[in-house]
Amino acid sequence: MAVVNEIKQDVTILFAGDSGDGIQLTGGQFTETAALLGNDISTFPNFPAEIRAPQGTVAGVSGFQLHFGSVKVYTPGDNCDVLVVMNAAALKSNIHNLKKGGVIIANSDGFDSKNLRLAKYPNESNPITDGSLEGFKIHEIDITKITRETLNNSGLGVKAVDRSKNMFVLGFLYWMYNRPLENTIKFIEQKFKGKQDLIDSNLAVLKAGYNYGDTAEAFTTRYEVKSADIPKGEYRNIMGNQATAIALVAAAQKSGLELFYGTYPITPASDILHYLAKYKNFGVKTYQAEDEIAAVCASLGSSYAGGLGVTASSGPGIALKGEAFGLGVMFELPLVIVNVQRGGPSTGLPTKTEQADLLQALYGRNGEAPIPVVAAASPKDCFYMAYEACRIAVEHMTPVFFLSDGYIANGSEPWEVITEDKLQSITPNRVNVNDYNAENPFKPYKRDEKGVRKWAIPGDKNLAHRIGGLEKENETGNVSYDADNHEIMVKLRQEKVDKIADYIPLQTIDSGVESGEVLLLSWGSTYGVVKTAVNQLIDEGFSVGHAHVRYLNPLPKNLEEIIKRFDKVIMPEMNNGQFIKVIRDKFLVPAIGLNKIKGLPFATQEIIDKVKEVATKEIA
Amino acid sequence: MSETVELKKAKDYATDQDVKWCPGCGDYSILKQVQSVFAELQVEIDNTVFISGIGCSSRFPYYMNTYGMHSIHGRAPAFAAGLKSTNPNLNVWLITGDGDSMSIGGNHFIHLLRRNVNLNVLLFNNEIYGLTKGQYSPTSEKGKITKSTPFGSVDHPFNPLALALGADATFVARSMDRDPKHMREVLLKAEQHQGTSMVEIYQNCNIFNDGAFFTFTEKETKDDTVLFLEVGKPLVFGKGGNKGIVLDGFTPKVVSLDEYSVNDLWIHDDTDRVKASILTRFFDDPRQENALPRPFGVFYRENRSVYETELIDQVQNIISSKGPGKLNDLLKGNSTWIVE
Repeated sequence: MAVVNEIKQDVTILFAGDSGDGIQLTGGQFTETAALLGNDISTFPNFPAEIRAPQGTVAGVSGFQLHFGSVKVYTPGDNCDVLVVMNAAALKSNIHNLKKGGVIIANSDGFDSKNLRLAKYPNESNPITDGSLEGFKIHEIDITKITRETLNNSGLGVKAVDRSKNMFVLGFLYWMYNRPLENTIKFIEQKFKGKQDLIDSNLAVLKAGYNYGDTAEAFTTRYEVKSADIPKGEYRNIMGNQATAIALVAAAQKSGLELFYGTYPITPASDILHYLAKYKNFGVKTYQAEDEIAAVCASLGSSYAGGLGVTASSGPGIALKGEAFGLGVMFELPLVIVNVQRGGPSTGLPTKTEQADLLQALYGRNGEAPIPVVAAASPKDCFYMAYEACRIAVEHMTPVFFLSDGYIANGSEPWEVITEDKLQSITPNRVNVNDYNAENPFKPYKRDEKGVRKWAIPGDKNLAHRIGGLEKENETGNVSYDADNHEIMVKLRQEKVDKIADYIPLQTIDSGVESGEVLLLSWGSTYGVVKTAVNQLIDEGFSVGHAHVRYLNPLPKNLEEIIKRFDKVIMPEMNNGQFIKVIRDKFLVPAIGLNKIKGLPFATQEIIDKVKEVATKEIA
Repeated sequence: MSETVELKKAKDYATDQDVKWCPGCGDYSILKQVQSVFAELQVEIDNTVFISGIGCSSRFPYYMNTYGMHSIHGRAPAFAAGLKSTNPNLNVWLITGDGDSMSIGGNHFIHLLRRNVNLNVLLFNNEIYGLTKGQYSPTSEKGKITKSTPFGSVDHPFNPLALALGADATFVARSMDRDPKHMREVLLKAEQHQGTSMVEIYQNCNIFNDGAFFTFTEKETKDDTVLFLEVGKPLVFGKGGNKGIVLDGFTPKVVSLDEYSVNDLWIHDDTDRVKASILTRFFDDPRQENALPRPFGVFYRENRSVYETELIDQVQNIISSKGPGKLNDLLKGNSTWIVE
């Protein structure tokens, strides 16, 4: 039978199976190989909320979605073209994500009566054979059986043999998408170094999977996804939390400060701690505190001593830290606050994504306590914006929020390797002890033209002073209950934050038209999907532009001017409408909300549909 | 080259700010003692930090001419841990009260002690909430009548030193505001200790809980209620030293020295954890018949590694074994590909 080669622009594959099926590893390997072939990629892992949910159940399904293409890809894909399922539960929990006419590759052993029962298919009816999946292309392969046969004489036990099933899947998909095996062969040799039997068995199964495509005769089409038009250079793959961790180290090194990371484990922020704990040879100090409050207080204590104090959490933990943020505002010390947002309120949806903590970041404190806020647009942007948060904190002597979310924290994309000389400098606002004497005594809360005070730290000669949460007298910092002084201090602290607008980039139109009918105004992790939608809408002739705001407080100085160039403003947010309140409040524009609160990112089509509903005219 | 260094006096450790505690407050005496001990030790002003939480006692840093931080309620231990982790050379004093450390900051208090951060804790215990104007505290005795407990409190109080020892504190001591000489000795020992030195100070709140400790501090009663602990000395108390403590198994008993010889008494050993634990349980209501006397002095001390030293040593060891991290390598990662 002849096999046809079909060229595809982009493909989305979703690997799904039990936590123990090696899904993340399979997805990761396919990603690396795709990257090496020059495809543009975006990935998103989907972990079960439970650590070890019972095998075979829907609660225990682990997923890895990979979108790769010969065109630029900005999201892990709305729906998948190919769904690889290791058991019935994996099919049940992901079938709604498969495109019409999409391909299902199913491990038939995972659809025995036990698995069907665990996945709660009524009457143990097998969806693969009962006709309920009409319209999809189903390839049923007894992966378990073939793997066992391949390793018949390997001398390995059944458990070890079954554990290499994922290599069969990988090998088969490499065949299907015309991918070479070399990178994964190298990976296996490295991973199992010194354990020749495991190297041999995994390679045998990988090749068995590849050869199966050639020999099974059931498969008539192979696909090819050519390399994308990506700017020349050296690339690496990066996940959001990893990018955040690296940014913190980079900012510490560039500012000459020592990084102190005070935190308490919480999903989905903990991975930043795991990364940083490995970077001790960069002088990083990680502090796993007794609770969220202690974590932020220790970080602020470190900043008082002259360190780069950083604390991180997710919504519930951020709520606990709130009082200390207010103290940071009063102290006027650097403090970087990382919030990897998740579904709320309360414990909410810990493993799902949401951007519903913006108002908490902007306003969630007692008293007038302005704090600058920046937000990352994508996994790699976590590096740039976390770095920016450090720069603003250190140079402007203030706590700064850096907002990420579960979607970009765990998602990955290629990142062109940068070198440290390309990073913006960070200059701490430290005092010069020689500037002061009896005639010109040190005043801890005297400000420069930026409205920023000098950073004196314990150990500095002759600058001993006291700081605290009580209102301070202007300049001297002594406790003051004076009515006029309080108003002055509130205004001065606000002015300091407002002036940061002079030290951040101006807003730009990311894609689409510079002025016209509809502006899509987004922030945070919706960047990729809005960009994808705008590109399609432009192709269809709509007058639509996209501005993505990464500096949320203060806002870029020209944002209002950009907004006013459009007739209508649509604001997609994964919340019940938060940034829209800010925009309406500041600029008095009747912005239209597009809100999704399902713990899931937007699909491109949802953005497109909204624009089409609002737009009245098309470019001729 | 020689330089004449002017000796600092107690008043050099005072700030120009008006002290705003109520007249007659026990805090004045503690402030004065700390300043004179500092003069005695010639403590370096620029290298010293006072950190406090919230409460009357927590205003203390404003009155000390050193670096200082008046933080948030109960959290001073957390600020101090971050401060010491970043600069272990600072001489840090943590000022707290019974509400601040035993109630809202209870969690941080025990974790500070377990980590053994090298600093001194002065816990001003007045068994009442003063700054909020007179509610009972977690160290108030059961049945305490206050504004928030007009019919008497129903909850059992904390025993701060037993709690500290239970959290593996490496230095546990008690003193009182009205005995400056004793306080001086305890402060000197606390300052010498490497690790968290936990000093409870009985402090009279003359407005909301006046006389809470008078049985221990006033001449008429103190001989029979106070037991001063001295290393290597028998546990003797009472008028003219007429009473002592013997250990019957693990049970302490008050005996009359008319019947017992001093040689039969418990000899204080501040490195004996089991005995220290029994001593912290000398917590009887002094009005009760045959009450055990309340001990003052250093109950326990032990040498255990200090948190910030461990933290910094680990970082240094990793730097020595792996070499200092190179930022460009970190930015590049382990696996890259070239697009041509």
